Amino acid sequence: MSTTNVLFDVPGPRARLRNNILTLVSAVVVLGIAYLLIKGLADKGQLAGKLWEPFLRADVWTGQIIPGLFATLQAAALSAVLALIFGVVFGLGRLSDHAWIRVPSGAVVEFFRAIPLLLLIFFVQAGPATMSGYTLNVPAFAAVVVGLTLYNGSVLAEIFRAGILSVPRGQSEAGYSLGLRKGGVMRLVLLPQAVTAMMPAIVSQMVVLLKDTALGWVIAYEELLNFGLKQIPANFGNLIPSAIVISVVYILINLLLSYLANRLENRSRRSRRTTASVVMAPGAVGVSAGGVE
Amino acid sequence: MESLFDFSPLVQEFSTILSGFWSTIRLTLMSALLALILGTILVAMRVSPTPVLRAAGTLYVNVLRNTPLTLVLLLCALGLSDTLQLTLSRDPGVNYYWWATGGLSAYTAAFVCEALRSGMNTVPMGQAEAARAIGLTFMQSLRLVVLPQAFRSVIAPLGSILIALTKNTTIVIVAGYIEASAVMKQMFDDYGGTLPIFLGFAAGYMVLTLPTGFFFGWLAKRLAVSR
Repeated sequence: MSTTNVLFDVPGPRARLRNNILTLVSAVVVLGIAYLLIKGLADKGQLAGKLWEPFLRADVWTGQIIPGLFATLQAAALSAVLALIFGVVFGLGRLSDHAWIRVPSGAVVEFFRAIPLLLLIFFVQAGPATMSGYTLNVPAFAAVVVGLTLYNGSVLAEIFRAGILSVPRGQSEAGYSLGLRKGGVMRLVLLPQAVTAMMPAIVSQMVVLLKDTALGWVIAYEELLNFGLKQIPANFGNLIPSAIVISVVYILINLLLSYLANRLENRSRRSRRTTASVVMAPGAVGVSAGGVE
Repeated sequence: MESLFDFSPLVQEFSTILSGFWSTIRLTLMSALLALILGTILVAMRVSPTPVLRAAGTLYVNVLRNTPLTLVLLLCALGLSDTLQLTLSRDPGVNYYWWATGGLSAYTAAFVCEALRSGMNTVPMGQAEAARAIGLTFMQSLRLVVLPQAFRSVIAPLGSILIALTKNTTIVIVAGYIEASAVMKQMFDDYGGTLPIFLGFAAGYMVLTLPTGFFFGWLAKRLAVSR
């Protein structure tokens, strides 16, 4: 809302009239576009009841959409847990006082953040068989989970590092002056405050992770997208209706997660349990701050 | 075991790899341009005084931001292009290129819009109030006071988006357009999934993303508004 306030004065009578006319015109334009979209779909026969009817049947949901959703959530949940562990280890590693821990951790994190996730997934799938010389079939599930873990774990490592650095220095100095050691300062003073500050960024990263499970399509992991765009259309020939239904499912889940992230952000902004400021999602390598996956 | 350090496939296929990365660059630049234009239109809608436009912009951003890019690109390639027969060119290669670009820019525009909007939010109220107080009109205060400051604060986020877009072009593999990741997949099929091939392609992407990152980081620092 503050944007509107920066840009516009409180409208007077003439501006209000102009705004109302603009509202009317834009409503007509938006409705017109919506009409053209629906008419286009109808002309191509995509709105025929036959194509949408499968989504009213219980067996399509219990047999395909829900198992697909379950596979998606399974991959997302496992990679989320592993990525959090990876993130803690490498995030703390980058903050280490010892160069022989700090430098390799930094290299690992920056490497996995700089390369596309898909390359990683391909390599995890094809690499082990070639390099060991045995016929190894890496299951698609494992390839997706390992790829997601390494990539999102690296991003989480950056979030952890930023979270711990966002706690004011006076806090750790106070800890040291009480006679705590490095481990104690980290465990008792820095981490509890940092976790509150970085919770929103972590949950937003979970949205990214959940969306990226859709990459399983490329290596034929049978998740929601695979059921929605391959198996259901194969049975009913309804690719576009099916894609629309599947995207609604994705959007609902992600909106739920984003809502959670917002709640957490508001709570930690208000919270007095931390002296740290709220951590944003890390920018890409080289760019100091950003806000996108 | 000897394949572990065998870099020769990279040398043999060098021209294919280069043309793969050239496709990646073409996709990235064209989608970046379109996403910037579309994102600017969207942010104009989202901050406009018209509730209908605001709602339409919000709807677009929330839908595209929460849908996996894989799904967006598949819908473009399989749905709009193949099922609905909306071809953008008679040459299938060109057709898939434009659908892939369209999908990528439609998806990225949502993030560009959010970045620009949060940039506008960083401009303090006092700036616009001061602009009005010295008698600038709406357009003048927008052009001379608000937008220059907003733009300078979004350089870093836009750089991150550009890098994310470069990496996201790999997903175009589902839309039937050949770029670097598709070349790597093909080489994995031909030569086996060796570490040298993987590292070679990883290095190729780093050559694209790291300089972009450092350039935008430098630019953002140089142009930062000191408050």
